[in-house]
Amino acid sequence: MKPWFDFAFALEILPRLLSATWISVVLAVLSFALAVVFGVVLLLLRRVKFKLVGRSVGAFIEFIRSTPLIVQVYCLFFVLPEAGIILDPYTTGVLGLSIHYGCYMSEVFRSGLDSLPNGQRDASTALGFSARDTYLRIIVPQTIPRILAPSGNFLIYLAKSSPILATIGVAEIMFIAKDIGQENFRYLEPMTIVGIIFLILSAAGARCIRFAEAAFGRNWNQKEVPYV
Amino acid sequence: MFDTIRRPPAVSFRSVGKLFGNLRVLHNLDLDVVEGEHISLIGPSGSGKSTVLRVLMTLETIQEGQIIVHGRSLWDDQGKGSVMSPHASEIRRQIGMVFQSFNLFPHMTALQNIAEAPMRVLRLSKDEAMLSAEELLAMVGLSEKRNSYPAQLSGGQQQRVAIARCLAMRPKILLFDEVTSALDPETVGEVLSVIRRLASEQDFTILMVTHQMNVAREISDRILFLHGGRILEDGTPEQILDDPREDRTRSFLRAIREA
Repeated sequence: MKPWFDFAFALEILPRLLSATWISVVLAVLSFALAVVFGVVLLLLRRVKFKLVGRSVGAFIEFIRSTPLIVQVYCLFFVLPEAGIILDPYTTGVLGLSIHYGCYMSEVFRSGLDSLPNGQRDASTALGFSARDTYLRIIVPQTIPRILAPSGNFLIYLAKSSPILATIGVAEIMFIAKDIGQENFRYLEPMTIVGIIFLILSAAGARCIRFAEAAFGRNWNQKEVPYV
Repeated sequence: MFDTIRRPPAVSFRSVGKLFGNLRVLHNLDLDVVEGEHISLIGPSGSGKSTVLRVLMTLETIQEGQIIVHGRSLWDDQGKGSVMSPHASEIRRQIGMVFQSFNLFPHMTALQNIAEAPMRVLRLSKDEAMLSAEELLAMVGLSEKRNSYPAQLSGGQQQRVAIARCLAMRPKILLFDEVTSALDPETVGEVLSVIRRLASEQDFTILMVTHQMNVAREISDRILFLHGGRILEDGTPEQILDDPREDRTRSFLRAIREA
């Protein structure tokens, strides 16, 4: 009679799962980096003076945010080939994740920019800064610490939704765990390990974000205690 | 009394009208300010006094009329509504503004706040900009705070840095928009003494929105009482504050004194 949780079996499958973890992490980091770029592009397009562009981009963001990621990934993987565009599972996965989360990121950036007090723009105009200097020297440096926390949350959401890509054949951690389960008729150990690995990754990610936040606003948000 | 005859105008408003949607905040406003003149704008909230300063700084648009600064049109009206001059950024450089809420850049030290615009806009070298920032900081009595961030300064100190930052661009016209209204009573004095010194020692043209009648009396050559987007009364401090002609001015001053 096998024990309820087979530690020997768990130990045996751990190396396979860990090497798949590597793939998951690379997928998540790469997709997130592209999502940031994509988010900035969407944000800029949304502010274009030509109204039709701004509205279309707004509608696109709304559409992507309101439909499930797995539907979008299936469209990219199974529908695009009908139009002659054939992408391998990895490209599809990175593309799907970065488009989906890019839309969220552009909203994060937008709310970060909008949260700055108007007085900052007034002062920049009064001092004669060009639009470019106003953005690069005044607006963006103040926006970054404000968007770190929500951006970090989306990095973690993104990593946690990457197992969806198992359904199109990306050999990331969930895909390997499912394989192991099917080969051995045991799901408890692989799924438990996958859960624990995600827990560790999420906790580590959250740590990094808090560290970045502290590093950023460190000197200028810190108050001396002048009136005690 | 201030000699307004022989001096050229620094700022002229010609039939200026401003609307926020359907709400008219400036009505057909005419105003001439000569070089070196100190003017206080008083009036109830919503009377348009801050708007006068904000449209002059081009922080807000006007829909009608013309604004001329040292002989050049900042806002021009060729009959199809007002448009900002293509040279606005150059004309605007003669004007500096200090705000009620300081609006210092929170991610820069006091010194960086002052030196940033001369470096970026006037293209001064870092050494030049820092040197002149040090001098300005000394002038407002805050040399020892050069490396402090705004969050580490009291309101009065922040406002003094903001004045130094504005002066760093060497403006000829200064706009003070309720610069002491957000301050603790005990720090109002330190900011006012800087403003007094600017008003007495140098040849600035000053437009100031204030609720402090003693300051208006002391610093201004002329006081304007605004009501409903119009200049209702325009005269010397003595005339406006001691012997107002209009009922509305009288009731405003009474309310202020009772407060």
